[in-house]
Amino acid sequence: MALSGMRGLSVFISDIRNCPNKEQERLRVDKELGNIRTRFKSEKGLTHYEKKKYVWKMLYIHMLGYDVDFGHMEAVSLISAPKYPEKQVGYIVTSSLLNENHDFLRLAINTVRNDIIGRNETFQCLALTMVGNIGGREFSESLAPDVQKLLISSSCRPLVRKKAALCLLRLYRKNPDVVNIDGWADRMAQLLDERDLGVLTSSTSLLVALVSNNHEAYWSCLPKCVKILERLARNQDIPQEYTYYGIPSPWLQVKAMRALQYFPTIEDPNIRRSLFEVLQRILMGTDVVKNVNKNNASHAVLFEALALVMHLDAEKEMMSQCVALLGKFIAVREPNIRYLGLENMSRMLMVTDVHDSIKRHQAQIITSLKDPDISIRRRALDLLYGMCDVSNAKDIVEELLQYLSAADFAMREELSLKAAILAEKFAPDLSWYVDVILQLIDKAGDFVSDDIWFRVVQFVTNNEDLQPYAAAKAREYLDKPAIHETMVKVSAYLLGEYSHLLARRPGCSPKEIFSVIHEKLPTVSTTTIPILLSTYAKILMHTQPADPELQKIVWAIFNKYESCIDVEIQQRAVEYFALSKKGAALMDILAEMPKFPERQSALLKKAEDAEVDSAEQSAIKLRAQQQMSNALVVTDQRPANGAPQTVGELSLVKIPSMSGDQHASTDQGLSQANGTLTTVDPQPASVDLLGDLLGPLAIEGPPGAAVQFELNAVSGLEGVPSSADYAAIVPVGEQTNTVQLMNLLEHVLMYNAMLFKQPIGNINERFYALCLKDSGVLYEDPNIQIGIKAEWRAHQGRLVLFLGNKNTSPLVSVQALILPPVHLKIELSLVPETIPPRAQVQCPLELMNLHPSRDVAVLEFSYKFGTNMVNVKLRLPAVLNKFLQPISVSAEEFFLQWRSLSGPPLKLQEVVRGVKPLSLTEMTSLFNSFRLTVCPGLDPNPNNLVASTTFYSESTRPMLCLIRIETDPADLTQLRMTVASGDPTLTFELKEFIKEQLVSIPTASRPPAPAPPAAQPTNPAALTDPGALLAGLL
Amino acid sequence: MIQFVLLISRQGKVRLTKWYSPYTQKERSKVIRELSGVILTRGPKLCNFVEWRGLKVVYKRYASLYFCMCIDQDDNELEVLEIIHHFVEILDRYFGSVCELDLIFNFHKAYYVLDEILIAGELQESSKKTVARLIAAQDSLVETAKEQASSISNIIAQATK
Repeated sequence: MALSGMRGLSVFISDIRNCPNKEQERLRVDKELGNIRTRFKSEKGLTHYEKKKYVWKMLYIHMLGYDVDFGHMEAVSLISAPKYPEKQVGYIVTSSLLNENHDFLRLAINTVRNDIIGRNETFQCLALTMVGNIGGREFSESLAPDVQKLLISSSCRPLVRKKAALCLLRLYRKNPDVVNIDGWADRMAQLLDERDLGVLTSSTSLLVALVSNNHEAYWSCLPKCVKILERLARNQDIPQEYTYYGIPSPWLQVKAMRALQYFPTIEDPNIRRSLFEVLQRILMGTDVVKNVNKNNASHAVLFEALALVMHLDAEKEMMSQCVALLGKFIAVREPNIRYLGLENMSRMLMVTDVHDSIKRHQAQIITSLKDPDISIRRRALDLLYGMCDVSNAKDIVEELLQYLSAADFAMREELSLKAAILAEKFAPDLSWYVDVILQLIDKAGDFVSDDIWFRVVQFVTNNEDLQPYAAAKAREYLDKPAIHETMVKVSAYLLGEYSHLLARRPGCSPKEIFSVIHEKLPTVSTTTIPILLSTYAKILMHTQPADPELQKIVWAIFNKYESCIDVEIQQRAVEYFALSKKGAALMDILAEMPKFPERQSALLKKAEDAEVDSAEQSAIKLRAQQQMSNALVVTDQRPANGAPQTVGELSLVKIPSMSGDQHASTDQGLSQANGTLTTVDPQPASVDLLGDLLGPLAIEGPPGAAVQFELNAVSGLEGVPSSADYAAIVPVGEQTNTVQLMNLLEHVLMYNAMLFKQPIGNINERFYALCLKDSGVLYEDPNIQIGIKAEWRAHQGRLVLFLGNKNTSPLVSVQALILPPVHLKIELSLVPETIPPRAQVQCPLELMNLHPSRDVAVLEFSYKFGTNMVNVKLRLPAVLNKFLQPISVSAEEFFLQWRSLSGPPLKLQEVVRGVKPLSLTEMTSLFNSFRLTVCPGLDPNPNNLVASTTFYSESTRPMLCLIRIETDPADLTQLRMTVASGDPTLTFELKEFIKEQLVSIPTASRPPAPAPPAAQPTNPAALTDPGALLAGLL
Repeated sequence: MIQFVLLISRQGKVRLTKWYSPYTQKERSKVIRELSGVILTRGPKLCNFVEWRGLKVVYKRYASLYFCMCIDQDDNELEVLEIIHHFVEILDRYFGSVCELDLIFNFHKAYYVLDEILIAGELQESSKKTVARLIAAQDSLVETAKEQASSISNIIAQATK
């Protein structure tokens, strides 16, 4: 045993080792840290040797898990020490303590660069190593050219060049732009001719990273990789020191094969032939030997060769050879090989026509599901999941179910999710599917997510044939002494809906069903009780003629829960109680749930999402993503796979407006997107409450077009809707629903904008905010910010656009075009063609309102940044309310006017439903923000609201407008609105305008939250710019 | 790519850590805690791979020490397993039949050696001979500097007497 060579350090380590407990250790460490801190702080300054000692101690303390942040600076400062020993310590400790995001590292960039470009080889090595290990983006930008030079320099020794290769690899990972593809591809190919195997290994790693991003540029490297493989495979010209247990550098072989997997094909027949010869030799010539390391090394190469063969989709013969090998591997004793056999077999599934040969190994794979090693069990589960199809689904799912009760907790959730997905995907018949899910809930209730039982309810609801079967099954499970709560939920739900179908069976009379369910009530949580209450109500409804005894019991239960603290339970109890007294009328209200609209399974979606989220672009994943689309198609074609009735019955007629759905969307504040809300809602409110029963189900995914629409309305930026979506939406919009047309417009505009540059912030929200205020940001993207400032006087307005260039290079071909609606006269001053770097340009705009209209002016704005043309269309906040002038009127004036405007078309009245529930105060402030003065006290009814305002346009005189809103305190979602003015168009437009504000819930009706900063003061730079001056003068 | 390298003793003491991906101090401690829990409890006849948070940990036990390297899911596991062995062989050659105590008192040397084998989470040198030569060269550089320093300080000390 050698001591560290630094006495103090050795003593300290011994002390720590002698500490009997963690407490003592902490004391000793604290003491040492105190000592180090004082030393670092002392005025005298430490010699580099002393510093070195303390810095090592710090690293040791850091390894023990203590915080040594205070010493980071000292470690970094050692990098600039002149002598090798201290410098070495500085570099190594810095790269161990810090990560690329530490600010201190920035301080060292210059020193590091000097070491890299300096003549001292040992310093170069130290610097390259540290940058290679923890260099971040900034290092990338400032050091990449120097590192590249070292890598290709003919005067550098291999020890520097191999480090430079890996250092460059890191810099490239941090910022791919630092490697200029044009010049580098040829150099890279030359590097692969390298004779020194150390440099060659490092360079091949670099190549793998480069081709993973862009194989196109590096075609010339492909034959070189094959050549390297040939050289290694034939063991030609390989120095003894580069063979590992007799195998010529297994690592280099693996790397070269990895690089080849990023090229889609190999076209040159000669190269292809040579490569296949090598691969064949590896596949055939790898034997199991006694020496573990030799075995591992040769199998590392073998598995990589398998991956490459799969990628190249070689001849059938070679493929079946691979499957045979894997089949052998999954049965061997050596656990590593078994693990890798299973893993690679899963990957093999992506190759199209090997499924059948893999299926032959099913029994062996199922055995692996019981392996003592969890890593292997996981692989087996994955493989079974992957290889499952219609032909073997029954066997595999039943195996999974059986295994479920024995499986460790860490795997149960995954296991049950996978079983549920497979059962749904490949069910040979639906009753089997119901069996599986119920078994799943029975065996692993805690691990069955809600999605799973929602899904089974959807299936049963949509398939009449299945209903009696499912109900009978649910009834059976209820007889078990202890069942999981999820089972209570699903069986209560099913029996509530369908138990009447069983009525003639023994033990299935309404009363018996009720009592068997009610037995479970004391054991369940508050989330389940509402479901039970609904079930009772439904049982009661189905009991015809009414059974007074049952009625009495159920009513007593409802009565009991009428004062429940949980509001959901209480509400249901109260309502069911009231409803159930209505006798026959109950039939309609508590009728069976309608069928669910066809939707993608939340489970399948979950599984897909989990599969596609990958940041790393490895060859296998890239391929997996290409295969993904195929996999989806296969799923969609289920009928062809042998389960026609499943699918046939699933694709149902859509029920256009399901109460549940409406409810869901209202809850989410999205009624804007849901056209049905502005029209009269034909269903009584109480039905909505029952719709709640299915609330969670409905939220999963409201039907077709509406979903798309809603999603976009919430986050206009998250996805670019395809034009097909619009096609689907347009017919809805044609129902004279202007709200939707507006939305449509917005989405089209946004779509255009997004094609080029992603805007910052939500354009919609910005627009709505500006409808209420007179200054703010209208649009912002990475290059430009457009601010707006407006002044309104009667029917005229003056708007100033502030165009601010955020970049350090000019924006050119700037163009602004106004597309005014007929009612607005707009004059835009000249917009300069170029906006200088970091400058702000002002463009005034004169507006005149000709007559009342709700149409909106659009600003078409475009500029060029680099080669990118950006083109956006923005709505200008010159909206109707800007031409209003608040006015308060006395009671006499008001009533005089009100009476004189006797009826249509000057006075219009409408009942509006689907209004966003607002309290009167909220509504008052909303009105005030639109410049409608609310006159309190004019209306004797406190639930009503009266407002007045003056409207200005060129065609009408200043016109008094009067508004009366009658709200219904019992139902805030509806109100009656009366609008009156001296001009029929104005009356109509104003009425529609207010309606839009109440119904569409513009985002700005919330306080315009993080208010975008008002247009910034003119940048001085703008003043020196002639274009800006000109704009200013105009 | 190797995300990080950990050497943990059977008692859960950390003997070396090297992070090639940016983990904060907090995350580092958490990772070490989690992985010690997973790896130290695994039985002897299981495979050398553990799936962990979407990554894979390849580990191997040598006497009382667990050598762990965390890699991406699609990396070649056996290749990395042999990188571990390569590292161990070099340590063995350098210390002359290495034991845990060597790595405790000379933890800094283990860092030098690792830096000659891995950079950026990739294998840098597969020749044991080359690595040994480079480490020896570094050691002699340090030694020479030390001698120089002591001789100069001697001179100064004598001069100021």
